[in-house]
Amino acid sequence: MSFPILTLITFVPLLGAILCLLPWGQWLGWSKAREEDFIRLLAILFSLVPLILAVFLWLAYDKAAGGFQFEEMAAWIPALGVSYHIGVDGLSVPLVFLTTLLTTLGLYYSSHVIKHRVREFFVLFLLLEMGMLGVFVSLDFVLFYVFWEIGLVPMYFLIGIWGHEEDRPQYSAIKFFLYTLVGSVAMLLAILGVYFDTGTFDIVKAIALKPFAANPMLAGLAFWGFFLAFAIKMPVWPFHTWLPDAHTAAPTAGSVILAGVLLKLGAYGLIRINLPVFPTAAKTWAPLMIALGVISIVYGALVCMAQTDLKRLIAYSSVSHMGYVMLGVGAAAFAIGMKRAGALDSAAMALNGAALQMFNHGIITGGLFFLVGVIYERAHTRELNLFGGLSAKVPYYYGLMMVTALASLGLPGLAGFWSEFFVFRGAFDLVRVWAAIGVIGVVITAAYILWRIVQSVFLGQYDPQKIAHWTNPADGNMTHEPMDVLLFEKVTLWPLIFFMILFGVYPTPILDFFNRMTMALMHGL
Amino acid sequence: MSEIPFSLTWLIPLPPLLAFALIVLFTNPDKKLSARVAIFGVAVSWVLGWWIVLSSVVIPHFGEHAFRLAVHWLPAASSVLTVGVIVDPVTAGMLFMVPFVCLMIFIYSVGYMTFPGHLPQSLNVDGLDPRYSRFFAYISLFAFGMLGLVIAENLLMLFIFWEVMGLCSYLLIGFWFEKPSAYKAGLKAFITTRVGDTIMLAGMVLLYAQSGSLAFADIFSPGNLERLATTTVNVPLFGPTPWATVLAIMIFFGAIGKSAQFPLHVWLPDAMEGPTPVSALIHAATMVSAGVYLMIRMFPLVQAVEHGPALTFIAFIGAFTALFAASIAVAQNDIKRVLAYSTISQLGYMFAALGIGAYVAAVFHLLVHSFFKSLLFLGAGSVIHAMEHGHHATAEHGDAQEGSFDPNDMRNMGGLFRKMPITALTFIAGGLALSGFPIVTAGFWSKDEILADAWINGHSIVFWTLAFAAFLTAFYTGRQIFLVFFGTPRTSAAHHVGESVRSMTYPLIVLAIFAVVGGWVGIPEGFPGLGHILNNPFHHFIASQAEALGIEAAVLPFNPAPVSISILAALGGLALAWTVYGVQPVESRDAPDPLERPLGGLYRVLQNKYYIDEFYAATVIRFTIWLSHLFSRVDRDWIIDPLVNWVGRSGRRLATGLRRLVDEPIIDGLVNGVGSATNASGAFLRLIQTGRVQNYLVVMLLTALMLLALYTTPGS
Repeated sequence: MSFPILTLITFVPLLGAILCLLPWGQWLGWSKAREEDFIRLLAILFSLVPLILAVFLWLAYDKAAGGFQFEEMAAWIPALGVSYHIGVDGLSVPLVFLTTLLTTLGLYYSSHVIKHRVREFFVLFLLLEMGMLGVFVSLDFVLFYVFWEIGLVPMYFLIGIWGHEEDRPQYSAIKFFLYTLVGSVAMLLAILGVYFDTGTFDIVKAIALKPFAANPMLAGLAFWGFFLAFAIKMPVWPFHTWLPDAHTAAPTAGSVILAGVLLKLGAYGLIRINLPVFPTAAKTWAPLMIALGVISIVYGALVCMAQTDLKRLIAYSSVSHMGYVMLGVGAAAFAIGMKRAGALDSAAMALNGAALQMFNHGIITGGLFFLVGVIYERAHTRELNLFGGLSAKVPYYYGLMMVTALASLGLPGLAGFWSEFFVFRGAFDLVRVWAAIGVIGVVITAAYILWRIVQSVFLGQYDPQKIAHWTNPADGNMTHEPMDVLLFEKVTLWPLIFFMILFGVYPTPILDFFNRMTMALMHGL
Repeated sequence: MSEIPFSLTWLIPLPPLLAFALIVLFTNPDKKLSARVAIFGVAVSWVLGWWIVLSSVVIPHFGEHAFRLAVHWLPAASSVLTVGVIVDPVTAGMLFMVPFVCLMIFIYSVGYMTFPGHLPQSLNVDGLDPRYSRFFAYISLFAFGMLGLVIAENLLMLFIFWEVMGLCSYLLIGFWFEKPSAYKAGLKAFITTRVGDTIMLAGMVLLYAQSGSLAFADIFSPGNLERLATTTVNVPLFGPTPWATVLAIMIFFGAIGKSAQFPLHVWLPDAMEGPTPVSALIHAATMVSAGVYLMIRMFPLVQAVEHGPALTFIAFIGAFTALFAASIAVAQNDIKRVLAYSTISQLGYMFAALGIGAYVAAVFHLLVHSFFKSLLFLGAGSVIHAMEHGHHATAEHGDAQEGSFDPNDMRNMGGLFRKMPITALTFIAGGLALSGFPIVTAGFWSKDEILADAWINGHSIVFWTLAFAAFLTAFYTGRQIFLVFFGTPRTSAAHHVGESVRSMTYPLIVLAIFAVVGGWVGIPEGFPGLGHILNNPFHHFIASQAEALGIEAAVLPFNPAPVSISILAALGGLALAWTVYGVQPVESRDAPDPLERPLGGLYRVLQNKYYIDEFYAATVIRFTIWLSHLFSRVDRDWIIDPLVNWVGRSGRRLATGLRRLVDEPIIDGLVNGVGSATNASGAFLRLIQTGRVQNYLVVMLLTALMLLALYTTPGS
């Protein structure tokens, strides 16, 4: 057996979590502060291992060959045919990288701002990473399900324990947990359905066997079982209201992971399972997917415009931006079985757009949540009406925010543009009317980002009356004026900005992964 | 042909980009150095650009062997998208104008961005704008956007640079972001153009889907154009329409936004909130020219359906906007606002020219207009700067007028000719070019070509609309010149103005020269006397490209009628302005405009720009904001979240109900019943378990006696 790189990527965080739990302070006679510093360092180091391995994975994956690579297979529960089957393809490799990158950045950022219950925070964060990575590498339904659920628990605690009291963290955490759990139950039923029909829990085999091919009713039900779980997780209108609450309440790094990776699990599931396992049902329900996607885009963007809480606004922008993913997937599903020349190309491009949007939204919205954290640590408020004129006071912060915000509104030359371009390239060819409605979202997005975020926070005359006391996040002391970005905040944001610009100018390195995967996928349907 | 300069084309946009990066990352603490970096960057582009222009004009029939260089950029399904450059006569024309005008504007900015009189004194420490470096970074990025746009080899690249410029316009219009009017104008510019851009994006992806490529060379291949012109698509209300028509109109919407044509023109007049060099950049060298350039570039697609609705639509929008904006300009008092509306109007000319098929004339007017319009804006900036100084001086002397002082307001000026002769002379040269003053100015030749084309090809509606617009143009330009430079100063600020510094006046002089002689390269060959001196080299240069693309660009026969009408319109307008504003100059800043009484209500309508801003605010904007609040309430307070919470609460209520109705009385009751039964029996049994031996003995005795009695009873 070859080097188990995926197993290592997935379980090194678990090892890190266990090591963080050990009573080092007691053993070595350290003070509490010293022990906490050690735990911070340990957690970051252990998150670096999967990150480095993910970079290696990115480089080592043979794009020309395509398909699932680095596969590992071992019997797990032989009596049921459940196996430990993991592997990655062109869709999961970039997402594994995204997860490890955001986790490391989140841990690094948190190591400076999380001051209470440090050990628990870092342990939970590493467990969360394991759950997310597990979903992206699983090729067995049961394994997929188990990891899916594992990811839920640490996030529940992250929101509930480290949330700010005024944001109702308990309510938000419960809402997040229960909502996702409803989807999970539906998915579990669908998984069992697939098993009873095909006799396997293996995703690759299920893709080949196409369960319920003869029974559209059951195929539809199974499709919906998965779809509900994924739609809630993405989230798609109207299942989205857990998101603004969860985001608002979560600590900064939690929001980053929530928006950056957890939402992607849903979108990933759609492309990994719904499209290839149930192509006929996907084709049948494509109009609904498209409609939900378009509604999410426009509705989410409009709701953003009415927000006065910066974090809640960005949370809603996720609803809008994930709508592009849904639109892309829906358009691709719509093209299944179309004979017209060029339909396949359009479908592949719509899927490319959706996949790119998953990655781009991860780095962009991840960046936005970090930036919200930066200002919140100083002002202790996120109320947009209290800000204004900060461009002159914190120019570095302004620069970082501008790049990220412009990437988010899809400015060409930054990463976000390509996902929108490809989604609309596919959608306009396949489902013109819906695409035409969805494209309105592009204008509204520009409006809420420039008007609500940039203008409220940065432009106008700075008024010292509005926020009298600012905090210096380095030492917690009061200052009269906001401090510009500190080094650790810069270090957190630089990699994200780098990818926004790199993939904005030259998206080929990542697009090549998706393009080969989507072409193979669409050809296989 | 020599490949060397052409294969370096891709370098042209890079120096300004590099300058931008250098200023942002490193040199921004040093303001003077940042300015030098920016100027050096654009100067390098200028040298490279003119090298390429010179290399291309010497090649006969250059349009037929245009240079194209493309490399693989990114994969897109089964095809690839390319990145690359083209150099053809139109690009060469733009490369002649853009970097040069940019360079002039950059140099001018060095002087202009000093003395920020509009800002609090506390910020004015070194006599330079507090964000001097940032300004030069932004305008460098702007120049990068425009230079990239004109050499782009495909529509996608063009779109990317297009949007980069949109961003720069946003940043620069709102540059003095302390002023609400400035940042609002920036936002308005971005959102308004974004509306057009979005429709253009849709058109672009549809074009991509239909043609399988976005490279101009592929889109304009005869086979592809033929297919686009013959295959139809069902458009609601209009029925089956050729793809070429639909796509051309959708892409034209991008130009409507960027080049501020009706109905998306509203952002451009407000855009003068930015520093004046930015206005010059936006109105001349970059932004708005990009829209016209786009349609020139896309012209083969526009005319793929011969005499099709796309052409008519463009001609209509162009001609209408030309007249519409010119009429508004008549009643404006802000020196830059007049120019802004004149830009809108002149761009309308160019689109009208394209719509009637006058391809070469459109290119010519685009280039010529850029020179004289940048001149006019920079001249206006020089006036405004001087007025600010003048106001500052009077404020120090303590005899300032009460209330807020607007240095842009022409009613505050008057008689500036003697005080700033270089600015005045160059401004007048630009103004005459704008009004099409016959023979000597460049504007006359370019405008005349459009009018002649309309006349000769029988587009009489377009012709008369444009001719009337030309008359209005001459009139409002004359009005502006008389109000600003002649008569007597109407405020003490205007008394105290002085000529601007040399970094500002030199660019004015250079641009003034171009505003006059620039037109001579395009004198029609048939023009009596002058036509044969130069033989209209410009026409032949551009026509070679038109022919290569299958566009009609024959040399038109000379016709005295349109020329005479054009001369009449220009001179008539100027003469009328002279009678109204020149003979009897306006004496005081509070006196009503001489037009106010004769025009009555119409004057107010014009002054308020036909109330279009108010109309948008009351309809589209209000509706969108209303909708956003509605949905927000629906989400959180009215429907969706309450529903979710209701489900949650119902779950809890169900649980409570089950506890009260089933769990507590029945299940718990049973369990507790068993428990209490045990308890009860225990309590009962406890009565017996007294722990006293005497009791036990009594019980034992009694039991023994009972048993004895039982056994001894007979018959049992």
